[in-house]
Amino acid sequence: MGASMSKTITIDGQAVPFQEGQTIMDAALASGVYIPHLCHNPEFKPHGSCKLCTVTVNGRNVASCTMPAVEGQQVLNDTAELNADRLALTQMLFVEGNHLCPACEKSGNCQLQAVAYYLGMMSPHYNHFYPQREADASHPDVLLDRNRCIYCELCVRASREVDGKNVFGLSGRGINTILAVNSSSGRLGDTDLAVTDKAVQVCPTGALLIKRRGFAVPIGQRVYDHLTIKKVQTGGRHE
Amino acid sequence: MQQSEFSDISRMLTPILARHGGDASRLLQVLREVQDACHTIPSGAIDQIAAHFDVPRVNVEGVAGFYSFLSSQPVGEYQMLFSNNITDQMLGKDELMQYLCNKLWVEQGRVSEDGLVSVGSTSCTGMCDQGPAALINGWPLTNLDQNRLDLISELIRARKPVAEWPPMLFEVVDNIRRSDVLLGEPLAPGAAIGAVLARGAKETLAEMDKANLRGRGGAGFKVASKWSFCHAAIVEEEGGVICDVGGNPERYMVCNADEGEPGTFKDRVLLTSYADLVFEGMTVGARVVGASKGFLYLRGEYRYLLEKLEEVLQKRREAGLLGNNILGQAGFSFDIEIHLGAGAYICGEESALIESLEGKRGRPRNRPPFPVTSGYKGRPTVVDNVETFACAAKIAEKGGAWFGAMGTAQSTGTKLLSVSGDVARPGIYEYPFGVTVRQVLEDSGAEGRSYAVQVSGPSGTTISWKEFERKIAFEDLPTAGALMVFRRKRDLFQAARNFADFFAHESCGFCTPCRVGTELQKKIMGKIASGHGTASDLEELKRLGHILKTMSHCGLGSSAANPVLDILEKFPDMFESKLKAYAFEPAFDLDGALETARTITGRDDEWAHL
Repeated sequence: MGASMSKTITIDGQAVPFQEGQTIMDAALASGVYIPHLCHNPEFKPHGSCKLCTVTVNGRNVASCTMPAVEGQQVLNDTAELNADRLALTQMLFVEGNHLCPACEKSGNCQLQAVAYYLGMMSPHYNHFYPQREADASHPDVLLDRNRCIYCELCVRASREVDGKNVFGLSGRGINTILAVNSSSGRLGDTDLAVTDKAVQVCPTGALLIKRRGFAVPIGQRVYDHLTIKKVQTGGRHE
Repeated sequence: MQQSEFSDISRMLTPILARHGGDASRLLQVLREVQDACHTIPSGAIDQIAAHFDVPRVNVEGVAGFYSFLSSQPVGEYQMLFSNNITDQMLGKDELMQYLCNKLWVEQGRVSEDGLVSVGSTSCTGMCDQGPAALINGWPLTNLDQNRLDLISELIRARKPVAEWPPMLFEVVDNIRRSDVLLGEPLAPGAAIGAVLARGAKETLAEMDKANLRGRGGAGFKVASKWSFCHAAIVEEEGGVICDVGGNPERYMVCNADEGEPGTFKDRVLLTSYADLVFEGMTVGARVVGASKGFLYLRGEYRYLLEKLEEVLQKRREAGLLGNNILGQAGFSFDIEIHLGAGAYICGEESALIESLEGKRGRPRNRPPFPVTSGYKGRPTVVDNVETFACAAKIAEKGGAWFGAMGTAQSTGTKLLSVSGDVARPGIYEYPFGVTVRQVLEDSGAEGRSYAVQVSGPSGTTISWKEFERKIAFEDLPTAGALMVFRRKRDLFQAARNFADFFAHESCGFCTPCRVGTELQKKIMGKIASGHGTASDLEELKRLGHILKTMSHCGLGSSAANPVLDILEKFPDMFESKLKAYAFEPAFDLDGALETARTITGRDDEWAHL
């Protein structure tokens, strides 16, 4: 380990090295320390919207995915209080949309579901909003089901930064925020989205699904049916 | 799209786009004008605007969808939006709104069949001292009562253009009830700038430091620190070479006139009658940090002030107080551009304001970096409140020691308070910091016995009659300036519910805790209001309050539970008297769920209910 790795922060008492420019999340992931998160994906610029990765640094709560690591930071992560608050946020994400896991093609591969497992979510707790959200099957290869969107903007970022296309964006405000697509008709089929686009691969939930691949792997044999999201994501996988 | 429709839109858009040029930071300004012209943002216009600015269509749609005053569906040719602050409600807003709807045969929130008129609510329009207030096609109406609404409905039915309506309907008065050094002693235009040029920029910064001037927007950050950070950002960037004052690279001076905190209207008065003082303060700041460009971000609700403010700017340019070589000082160039908001409280948050200035959705940025190092277009930017700049001008003229001698140790100078609610003389009161709430209540003629005061708007603190000896100061009760007074027998639960609705409406939707948490809070308050609340709902409100306070992305979310928690703690009866006796009742209302079916079938008989 070179001199550049000599700086450290502490997460729950464990020394974690970091390099200049890394966030707390970067440093944690690199050391195999799991901080629950949904809108973060190491391939993209940090976003900081889901707030699941909130940690306590020197007494103050911050989003670990956007907060730069600074020498000597004392970070609290895996505490009962923070996990309870993360659970509440996860429950909020469930009730604001229409997440029907048993009927969802993404079940078992869904990060939202996996985080809920990890945090021990046994019920949605809050009352479901049952919002009316539109699904869009106009694209020949990709289904957009807004019922499952959690506004992480990973598709927005991937389309813009990797695919160079700007197929997605957010519109609306507050609880009426919606995932909009880049066409006059508002239909995904009228955009230049291709099934091979990065934007299609990064959705942490089942809001974007590739058509004609339904149940290729049976439920029960999927990623999070066997492994915790902690194990998967500290192993470097995010899809 | 029909070809004719395309060319109609084109004809409408061409002059607007030509006037604004090709910089995408003008996007929101363009959309505002399109909304004015079409009463909606037509989908075809979005295509053409996106092409004009060479930005993705979805970005334009995202901006159009974010701001309350822009709409994807047509609103009425006459759009009447009643100010929905609790002070307007206490003055009879709900009843008046229903009265107008009945007169015009229109449902709240809907457009009349002929497209002529729509009636709805909007967040506080900053006319709490002369409410109930409303906006008609963006122009403020004050002191509404049934007589005025009779007249208004006649004018609408006669399709009389708003510009030809009787001026008395639009009269906005300052209501300055108490003046001190800021409002009472006029400043000759140019006096402060002249003093800065005589004294020097660094020396002026030292005066700001000596004055211990703190931001008047509520947070109270020290102005001298902010200004010197902004200046230092450049010093660092250029490898330690101190940049010439007024030279490159670019820095920005932004005045935050997005006065959206319900109950606050002091900036309205400053911009109406003291605009020179505010612009002077911005110019002083520009000289200190070396900015050559400034923005006034004016909330959409104050659009009626735009022409007058432009006139003031023009006069200042002609007097050599803006533009190139200000007051003959070679190389001292600074000018101010006004940007209009479009109905988004969140844009009062400085980084959301900067996003909005750039023509984007008003979403607070991740910090660090802070605006003083990376703000507007990534350049070092100072964002200060309207009143802060007015104070800065005074300090530049009279010196830091003079200013620092007023007020308290940590809160120097004076503070403008916007007093409204149950008082005989609502309006603007200027006091040295440290004044007690009781003193303000006495001076404003609080009717009967005051019971509670909402200090600094919904995001501030609710205090009870036991706390009236507390002081207005950063040490005790920090405030952006709003004091809303409630007399005995006012339903404070209703106030808390109004504020909960406000935050849910104004949440930008970026982070989970605020987007969902404010909506959950609103729903629970609604459940209690409808008589279905139980003790478990109060526990849920406290738990939500904790999540909002500790997990939110910005100040909106972290203060969104303040009024509910404060009123719950200090006036528990207000909540408890509305609860059912048992511990839990499900939120799902089976009979209520049949309402849609009843509406569709037109039934309301006994058998249509459970």
